[in-house]
Amino acid sequence: METTSSVSNPNLLITASPHLGGRDTTPTIMWSVVASLMPVVAASIYFFGPSAFLVIFASCAGALLVEQFLGPKSALKDGSAIITGLLLGLTLPPGLPMWMAFVGGAFGIGFGKLIFGGLGQNIFNPALLGRAFLQAAFPVALTTWPAIGGPWWSLRGANFALPLMSGSTDALTGATPLGLMKFEQVATDNVDLIMGSIGGSAGETSGIIILLCGAYLAFRNHLNWRIPASILLTVAVLAGGLHLLDAARYPGAIFMLFSGGLMLGAVYMATDMVTSPTTNLGCWIFGFGIGFLVVVIRMWGGLPEGVMYAILLMNAMVPFINRATQPRVFGTKLKQVVS
Amino acid sequence: MDDRLKTFRQGVHPPELKILTEHSRIRRMPFPDEVVLPLSQHTGKPAKLLVRVGDHVERGDKIGAADGFISAPVHASATGTVEDIDLWPHPNGSYSPAVRIKVDKYSAQVPRGRTVPNWQGLSPGDIRQAVKDAGVVGLGGAAFPTHVKLTPPEGTNIDTLILNGCECEPYLTSDHRTMAEYPDRILLGTRIMMMCLGVSHTMIGIEKNKPDAIEALTTALPDDLNITIHPLTVKYPQGAEKMLIDALLKREVPSGKLPLDAGVVVQNVGSIAAIAEVFETGLPLVERIVTVTGKGIKEPSNLIVPVGTKLRDLIEMCGGLKEDAFEIVFGGPMMGASQANLDVPLLKGTSGVVVLSEDECKRAETHACIRCGHCLDACPVFLNPQHLGALARAERYEEMNDYHLADCMLCGCCSYTCPSNIPLSQLFQMAKTALWKRQVA
Repeated sequence: METTSSVSNPNLLITASPHLGGRDTTPTIMWSVVASLMPVVAASIYFFGPSAFLVIFASCAGALLVEQFLGPKSALKDGSAIITGLLLGLTLPPGLPMWMAFVGGAFGIGFGKLIFGGLGQNIFNPALLGRAFLQAAFPVALTTWPAIGGPWWSLRGANFALPLMSGSTDALTGATPLGLMKFEQVATDNVDLIMGSIGGSAGETSGIIILLCGAYLAFRNHLNWRIPASILLTVAVLAGGLHLLDAARYPGAIFMLFSGGLMLGAVYMATDMVTSPTTNLGCWIFGFGIGFLVVVIRMWGGLPEGVMYAILLMNAMVPFINRATQPRVFGTKLKQVVS
Repeated sequence: MDDRLKTFRQGVHPPELKILTEHSRIRRMPFPDEVVLPLSQHTGKPAKLLVRVGDHVERGDKIGAADGFISAPVHASATGTVEDIDLWPHPNGSYSPAVRIKVDKYSAQVPRGRTVPNWQGLSPGDIRQAVKDAGVVGLGGAAFPTHVKLTPPEGTNIDTLILNGCECEPYLTSDHRTMAEYPDRILLGTRIMMMCLGVSHTMIGIEKNKPDAIEALTTALPDDLNITIHPLTVKYPQGAEKMLIDALLKREVPSGKLPLDAGVVVQNVGSIAAIAEVFETGLPLVERIVTVTGKGIKEPSNLIVPVGTKLRDLIEMCGGLKEDAFEIVFGGPMMGASQANLDVPLLKGTSGVVVLSEDECKRAETHACIRCGHCLDACPVFLNPQHLGALARAERYEEMNDYHLADCMLCGCCSYTCPSNIPLSQLFQMAKTALWKRQVA
């Protein structure tokens, strides 16, 4: 074609519209979750010393190694495996042998995520699946909680025990507020609860820090605030109601909210985008289900804590919740037809 | 005027990027050496050719006649000689029949003397015919023949005319400048349209980032007509007909139906100004106001351009491309089509030419869907793009109908917001095309 103009043909990009994109990408979302977890990790190291670091490090190592060698190419860059490792580490007792934490991280990524088809395909939260596996495999180690206090640098358990050998436990063992409440009917001071100087898993401590970090993520739209709001509201209302009925038997709402793994679970586990509903109405229902199950398990179940099973059970309900809460399409009267 | 800004639910907030041209006065571009006029410049059947190679045509002469009801005629946009009638690159990416006119260098480009119809004495039917004869189509981008919109079926009750001055696409300012510089022309067009449709109320919706346009129109409002101006929240796709009707009237156009079924006719402000021009000068639609802008062009401008001007000439008129020009889009960056060939002509419906630079083009890596649900929060018609996208990738197109694929208007909000960069609206376009082909076959 003849060209009379001075404008020559440049190399042009041809793409489908839209030609502009939003600022968030999946890796930036994942890495911002990782960044927001740093204060929580720091708090757990502050409360539990080097043991917390060792456990979190081991679970991350397990998760990352499996993702690297069995996962798709350069999957580590998307930041999702390290979230699983960090979250799992935060749910484990700080005195846990490192090899167990490593196995948990490896199981979480391998059986919680990769066998489903990798990122975006899994049904259950990989970190919680890893923890459920550890709970089933090593019930004693998973319920041995270190006592608060003592020198900061001391190990809170047999972190360096070798695989399948019983480690010599010379650290002081303590109890969690939920365990104290359930089995010994001892209440814990609310201020200690909220600030986090209580026994428990590495990250099950400082509710305030977790809430602040979650608020940051919600502000960036990297988590759906409706899920933690719904969980915490449900627990507060149910626990508060039971407390009004029988204050001697049922602890108050503040205790229920800030004890155990509820904060970490509500803010970081239940809000995992892959395993939570995609509709906003679904998120409210999902959160209500988790809150309800937490209260039921804690009050009437055989275990002192129920956050893990509550979330895993509701994870299984997500496809159903999604189908039942499809939005009404603009200009139609009825809900969308569902296949 | 309402103090609270009206809007629709959901949508996205792309950067506005209008600063480049929002205060540039509209200039007239000199006639290029040649113009290329495709016979298909509108939604519907292409026009029927009326000229032969070698014919002399004057500016405003009809060279293609409307072929059927949903069609529009095409007029010569410059005086000159028909040099060639052949396939030519079309902005939609194909080659399509077009009339190439060598512009007469020494012509004054004054249109033939023609009788200007006195609209006050015309019946609604005559007005529709005059609009049709002038080849007026929607200038907002879709290029739907205007006379069809002015012909409501028997028994339809139209109570409101809505003027669309949203211009929600980033970068574009042609409607903005038209409103700020030609408010009287827009209001004359409104007057004619209100008479033609027999409606008593007109609402003008303008995103609030155009205060000078709102002020110009407010100042020029006539006392004898019920016209109200409504500043709207700046949000994409505010200018989509269904979203605009929802924002202004709280009426949902039923799924699969037209604005007519909600008792409304929506016209782009540019089209209204073009209609007024037909009744002011008698000249058919042979030129339009277009924004040439973007980080990759040297002199971003708002120009009055003859329809059929080639992209190459337009770029030259605006100082040429910068070094980092990377993608050229006809229309806005959210819904426009990228161009491969600088010889494509500007059409009646081309509201803007955006030259994007390398750093702003969306071409990041695609990741797996993480079910974040951001697309569900963005979709202005409340579809489930996440699920539709999964179905489209599996080529389960029939199932997509159950999830209201037909209601998708390809606005691109889902693709824009997707953190995994999944080309959702492209997948939906493919699915629509595949379904349409199956239906035809």
